[in-house]
Amino acid sequence: MTTTVKTTPRYQGKRHRLDKPELLAPAGNLEKLKFAIHYGADAVYIGGQKYGLRSNADNFSFEEMKEGVEFANRYGAKVFVATNIYAHNEDVDGLEDYLRGLEEAGIAAIIAADPAIIETAQRVAPKLEVHLSTQQSTLNWQAVQFWKEEGLPRVVLARETSFKDIAEIKQHVDIEIEAFIHGAMCSSFSGRCVLSNHFTDRDSNRGGCSQSCRWKYDLFVDDMPLYPEDEDKFTMGSKDLCMIEYLPELIEVGVDSFKIEGRMKSIHYVATVVNVYRQAIDAYFADPEHFELKREWVEEINKAANRPLNTGFFLDTPGAEDHIYEPEEKAAPYDFAGVVLAYDDKTGFATVQQRNHFKLGQEVEFVGPKGTFFKQTVTEITDAEGQKLDSARHPLQHIRIRTLKPVKPMDMMRKKVGKK
Amino acid sequence: MAYKPELLATAASMEELERLIAAGADAFVIGEARYGMRLAGEFSIEMIKEAVKLSKPHGVRVYAALNNLMDNETVETLPSYVASLAAAGVDAVVFGDPAVLMAARLHAPGMPLHWNAEMTSTNYVTAAYWGRRGATRFVLARELNMEQVVEIMANTELEVQVQVHGMTNIYHSKRSLVDSYMEHQSEAERLPEKDKDRGLYVMEAERQDERYPVYEDANGTHIMSSDDICMVENLHELMDAKVNSLKVEGIMKSIAYNEIVVRAYRQAIDAYLENPEGYAFNEEWLESIQAVQDPNRELSFGFFFKEQVY
Repeated sequence: MTTTVKTTPRYQGKRHRLDKPELLAPAGNLEKLKFAIHYGADAVYIGGQKYGLRSNADNFSFEEMKEGVEFANRYGAKVFVATNIYAHNEDVDGLEDYLRGLEEAGIAAIIAADPAIIETAQRVAPKLEVHLSTQQSTLNWQAVQFWKEEGLPRVVLARETSFKDIAEIKQHVDIEIEAFIHGAMCSSFSGRCVLSNHFTDRDSNRGGCSQSCRWKYDLFVDDMPLYPEDEDKFTMGSKDLCMIEYLPELIEVGVDSFKIEGRMKSIHYVATVVNVYRQAIDAYFADPEHFELKREWVEEINKAANRPLNTGFFLDTPGAEDHIYEPEEKAAPYDFAGVVLAYDDKTGFATVQQRNHFKLGQEVEFVGPKGTFFKQTVTEITDAEGQKLDSARHPLQHIRIRTLKPVKPMDMMRKKVGKK
Repeated sequence: MAYKPELLATAASMEELERLIAAGADAFVIGEARYGMRLAGEFSIEMIKEAVKLSKPHGVRVYAALNNLMDNETVETLPSYVASLAAAGVDAVVFGDPAVLMAARLHAPGMPLHWNAEMTSTNYVTAAYWGRRGATRFVLARELNMEQVVEIMANTELEVQVQVHGMTNIYHSKRSLVDSYMEHQSEAERLPEKDKDRGLYVMEAERQDERYPVYEDANGTHIMSSDDICMVENLHELMDAKVNSLKVEGIMKSIAYNEIVVRAYRQAIDAYLENPEGYAFNEEWLESIQAVQDPNRELSFGFFFKEQVY
């Protein structure tokens, strides 16, 4: 699969910034939260048991939230909770208790679209910041001004806003602007799609989205199919957003929070993507004048990408090359093989928890925060008791592996997909 | 005040407006695509003035559609547009984007405001929120069921509008998806027009009897429902709940069709108002609609009697 970022003329709007933008990552469960933060996220957003748009994700209990907040505090990171459904009458029951529970768990902010939730949070849980969700499809400065006057410190813009739109909004309104910079996208205006409701009786705006926009359709005009059966079919399915090549522009236009999509994505995906953007942001602020995009950042992102990438609406409205008409492969080219639990200096062996099958002779990569990286061949593995193995077959089994260089707990070991 | 629901219609032209007034419509939503979402037709500010003049003597109201998701450029023109609508004498402004609310407060003070965020207008707490900020009417999402509609009626002070007939939008993208697809097929030239009169529809492999109309305009790509809501048979349930406005959506339908539909609902409403207790549904109302209904489009109850999961 070729995964390239479309490169088009750059937006000119340079201005200097002293404050680093926040890097905001998704965390589908507690373990993902820990990895996202360990790999450099300044904040993570999670889903609770209710009111979130990913009803099929693991989602956090209040206890898990507390543990997540504690972990985040050690890194000076924040935890946000997505309460981004459009509520129906019956959802309003229990909302107050739920929001108080979030406040008590130490959650820093909720991400909400429905004024019923926004207003209730402001009333019953004043310590929670309320961030306006992208589900409100906010495209203009006047609407942003409205939400500021309503007491919201932050607006997540619609994915349909361009660099130019963002610059104009920042010029008019002094408010934190959060923008999606990486990940899968609704091809519709968020919230303005009820395909799932019609096709599968699942309510998309309450977390039941069946991703019908990614299905294939036949296009007819006046009762005649426009193309023969064997041609690529019509679809609304979009490529995924990737703005790594436009990082200076994002910073200089004044985006305050860089948001990565993907509460359903794997640990490997989240950690890899966060790791890259963390390094890029830090490199920019270390020396803005001489900042250069590193080839290995793009390579890293491509190793985790499970769809082709593009730049969304930042530069221009997406066109023919921004949708996925061919059958999707879905799998990313590289996968998680194990997570490092410990490293023994004396023996040069790491203890790795197995996450996917790997074996002797296989080429693997070790990746850690701040871009630590090396490749090696699996030369020697044993089980926890020191019994030699030829492959690591069992999920979560503790495996000892000789590593070429020292590694640290929470470093990831990965392998190329399809080569066992 | 005695209960008297409004029969609200759309119009694609001045001719349609006149004919639907004659057929019994009490009010219209009209506007232009720059400000309004998925309108039956284009009404410039001059035409809106004309429409108000035509409607007033009949006691018919005109609502201006400003329910688009607005961009920065359009926002700059809102103050003058809203002021000119007020001068034209429209009876209300329909909004979804808070930018319109802010412009109306300043430039058309006292103008009644109808809150319509389409599929995201789903509960009465949110309705009350917009009510406190100036909305006088709450337009319900078409994805709600009867139970929820009744519950909202019992818990709101605002006027409530419910769509009782016609097509609904099920997907709206800012992208030009048909155009992109044609370009992908290297045949962008083959179909220069992709507007709502073009007869384009999509079909999904496992749903071969469902045709979903699709079209493009200045606001992007719109995919529409494969069926038409038809609540004439159960209109009394909505009237028992005292729904204030019953909307017949006429987008992508002929004047002749909309005329028959408006007339059928007019008869049902009048019969109900004459004697709510003794009201009986007259099969002929439905039959008149069935006679002109596109055989490829089912008349359905929409989501009124459905359960959804998530």
